[in-house]
Amino acid sequence: MASSFSRALSCRRNLGILSLLGGSVTAGFLLHRQRVSAGAERRRYPASAEYPDLRKHNNCMASHLTPAIYTKLCDKSTPNGFTLDQAIQTGVDNPGHPFIKTVGMVAGDEESYKVFAELLDPVIKERHNGYDPQTMTHPTDLDAGKLQSGQFDERYVLSSRVRTGRSVRGLSLPPACTRAERREVERVVVDALSGLKDDLAGKYYSLTQMTEQEQQQLIDDHFLFDKPVSPLLTCAGMARDWPDARGIWHNNQKNFLIWINEEDHTRVISMEKGGNMKRVFERFCRGLQEVERLIQERGWEFMWSERLGYILSCPSNLGTGLRAGVHVKLPLLSKDPRFSKILSNLHLQKRGTGGVDTAAVGGVFDISNLDRLGQSEVQLVQTVVDGVNYLIECEKRLERGQDIKVPPPINQFK
Amino acid sequence: MAKNCHNDYKMKFSVDEEFPDLSQHNNHMAKVLTKEIYGKLRGKSTPSGFTVDDVIQTGVDNPGHPFIMTVGCVAGDEESYEVFKDLLDPIISDRHGGYKPTDKHKTDLNFDNLKGGDDLDPNYVLSSRVRTGRSIKGFTLPPHNSRGERRAIEKLSIEALASLDGEFKGKYYPLVGMTDAEQEQLIADHFLFDKPVSPLLTCAGMARDWPDARGIWHNDNKTFLVWVNEEDHLRVISMQKGGNMKEVFRRFCVGLQKIEEIFKKHNHGFMWNEHLGYVLTCPSNLGTGLRGGVHVKLPKLSTHAKFEEILTRLRLQKRGTGGVDTASVGGVFDISNADRLGSSEVEQVQLVVDGVKLMVEMEKKLEKGESIDGMIPAQK
Repeated sequence: MASSFSRALSCRRNLGILSLLGGSVTAGFLLHRQRVSAGAERRRYPASAEYPDLRKHNNCMASHLTPAIYTKLCDKSTPNGFTLDQAIQTGVDNPGHPFIKTVGMVAGDEESYKVFAELLDPVIKERHNGYDPQTMTHPTDLDAGKLQSGQFDERYVLSSRVRTGRSVRGLSLPPACTRAERREVERVVVDALSGLKDDLAGKYYSLTQMTEQEQQQLIDDHFLFDKPVSPLLTCAGMARDWPDARGIWHNNQKNFLIWINEEDHTRVISMEKGGNMKRVFERFCRGLQEVERLIQERGWEFMWSERLGYILSCPSNLGTGLRAGVHVKLPLLSKDPRFSKILSNLHLQKRGTGGVDTAAVGGVFDISNLDRLGQSEVQLVQTVVDGVNYLIECEKRLERGQDIKVPPPINQFK
Repeated sequence: MAKNCHNDYKMKFSVDEEFPDLSQHNNHMAKVLTKEIYGKLRGKSTPSGFTVDDVIQTGVDNPGHPFIMTVGCVAGDEESYEVFKDLLDPIISDRHGGYKPTDKHKTDLNFDNLKGGDDLDPNYVLSSRVRTGRSIKGFTLPPHNSRGERRAIEKLSIEALASLDGEFKGKYYPLVGMTDAEQEQLIADHFLFDKPVSPLLTCAGMARDWPDARGIWHNDNKTFLVWVNEEDHLRVISMQKGGNMKEVFRRFCVGLQKIEEIFKKHNHGFMWNEHLGYVLTCPSNLGTGLRGGVHVKLPKLSTHAKFEEILTRLRLQKRGTGGVDTASVGGVFDISNADRLGSSEVEQVQLVVDGVKLMVEMEKKLEKGESIDGMIPAQK
C-alpha cells in the first residue's frame, strides 16, 4: 500500500486535499477493512491446476505463456491489485481472430508492464517485429516540420487521418480502473481541453448527458463511438459501468477529436477530407503537445517510458500508439495479385473503410502504417506518405497499362 | 489469493467518487442500493475476496430489461449472502414477495406429497420439465471461481454422476473436446447449452474461460440431465414429452437426492441453509431454485383479456418455448411456477399441476365458445 500512497502524493494533484487525506486514508483503510471469517477460506490451487487450456488458441499471449512463466507470475499483482489472470483473461476467452493474430492480453495499469514483464516482453517482441524492450529504446518525435511531401493526389486520396492514444499517469487503465478513477480521467482531460484555443478550441459531449440532438449530430459527423461489443474488449473489462465518464470532445472545426475512456484513457484523432496529410499531422502534433502542456500545468502527465514509449492498454499500441492512414481509391492495384506483398514490403496494412474488421467498398481502402513501436511518429507518418505515394504511382501505371514493381522491403528500426 | 488488493486500493477514493450512476436504471439492485449501504459494504470482502462492486457489476452494466425486472446482482460465494446482507436482504424481499430476513424456507423433495399430476391432457400439454440448481459447498460460485476451482467442481461432479445406476445410468460430455457427432446429437436432443451471450451473465463474469470445465451429463434414457458449470455449479433437469408431471417430479426428486448423497460422501454437500434454502448464484433462484413447467397449447386462452390475471392468481408465469426472453410460437406457451423462495418444491410443482389443469379446462371451454368467467380462480 505504501507505494500507491507515495505515488498519489507524487501526482501533485490537489496538495491541500492530499495532505488531509494522507493520514485519514490510512486510518480509514484500517477501520473499514473487515473480513468476515464465516465459512471456509478459499481453496488455493497450485499454479498447475489454474494454468489455462490454450491448446486451441492462436494469439500472442498463448504463444508465450508457458506453465513456468504462469507459475512465476500468477501470485503477483501490481500495487493497485491487478493480477496476471486479469491481464490474460481476454486472451483465454478469445482463442483467435480469423484474420489477425491478436495480442491476447492487456495492461491494467502502468506497472503491469514491469510486474508482468516476463510475459509482456516476449509478447511485445513478437507483436512489434522483434523490438526488445529489455535492450532497445523507443524514439518519440512529434516535430511535424520534418515530414516531407505530405500532400497526396486528391484524385485518389479521399481523406487523411492520424490517431493515437494517451494515458494519464497515476490512474489505472480501462481494464482495471475503478469508477472514481475513470471519472478522474474525464475531469482531468476535459479540464485541460477547455484550455485549447483558436483552431483547436472546442467542446465536450459527455455520453451520459448528451442531448438527442447532440447525439444525432455526432452520428452524422461520424464521431460518435459506441459501447464496445467486440469480445476482445468486453472480456478485458473495458466496457464496465458504460457509459459512465465516457465522452467525446471535438474542436469547432471538426478536425481534431478526442475520445475519453473508450479503449484507452484518451484517443486523439486529427482528420480531414482530402490528401493534405502534412496539415493533418501538423495539427495532430500541435494539438497533442498543447494538451500535454495543459495537463502538466495541472500537475499531471502522460504515461511514457524510454523503453516502451507511450503506455496504453493494449501492448499492440505501445510506442507511438500511432495509426496514420488514408482512404484511397485503388481499384486496379487492389486486384493485382502482388498487392499484399507490396503493402507488406512498405510496412502498410489495409482495412475496409469501416475500420478494423471491415471490408473495402468500391475499391476504396483504408491504408495505414503497420508498426507502432521502435520508430518515431515522424518516421511512421513518413512511411505512410512514401508508401501511399508509391501505391498511387502503381495505380496510375496500371491505368496506363504499364507494369508495376514490388518494392524492396523497407528497413526495420532505422 | 484471498486478499482483494484491488478493493483495498479502491478505498482511497470516497463513496461519492465510486458510487455508480444508477439514474437510468430499473433493476432490484438499483432500487435498493443507497450511498449509505454502499459506504457500509464497500470496505468488506468475503473470505474468498468477493466485494460489493463484484456483486453489483452486472446490475450497473445492465440498466434494465424490457420485459422483466431483473435482479441486477449476483453472489460470488456462499458467504456473499451474509457479508452483503444489508444489500441482498432487501433485494430478496422485493424479489420474493416480501420474504423477511427472519423467515424460514421449507424444503420438501418428497414426491409422494404431490397430488395428481399424472393426468394432464397430452393433446394440450406437449412436454413437462422440472429444473433446479445446486451449488457445491466449499467452492466459490461461477461469477468468481478460478479455473482451478471450476475444474475441481467438474471432476467431483463427474465422479458423482458416474456412480449413478438404474434409470440414472448415463454419460458425461465435456464441452472441451466434444466431437462433432456428439455435438450434433446433443443439439438434436435439445440438450446442448451454449456459451452465455446475455450481458446479464457475461457482465457478471460467468462466461470466463469458456468452455473450460463445462459439460453436460445425461442418462441413457435422455430424461435426466445435468449441466456442469454454466450459470450455477450444477443445473439439474428432469423432462419428458407429454403431461406426466408426476413422473417427471418423481425422477427429479429421486435423482437429486441420489446425487446429493454422493457429494455428501465426498464432504462436499450442497449449499443450503434454513433461511435461504438452496444457495445459488442469482438471488432470484434462492429457495428451491425450482422451475417446474410445461409446454402447453393455449391459443384461445392466451388471447383472452384475463390471461395475465389468471396466471398471476395461479402464481404462474409464461415464457416462449425457447425459454426466458423468447416469444411463444403457434399458441404454445411455457408455463411454470413464479415463486422460488418461501414455499417448498412440492408446493410449487403442485401449483403448476393444478394451474395447468385448470387452464387446459378453460381452453376447452373457450373452444366450445363458452365463457370462462365462472372459472377465474382466487389469488393463491
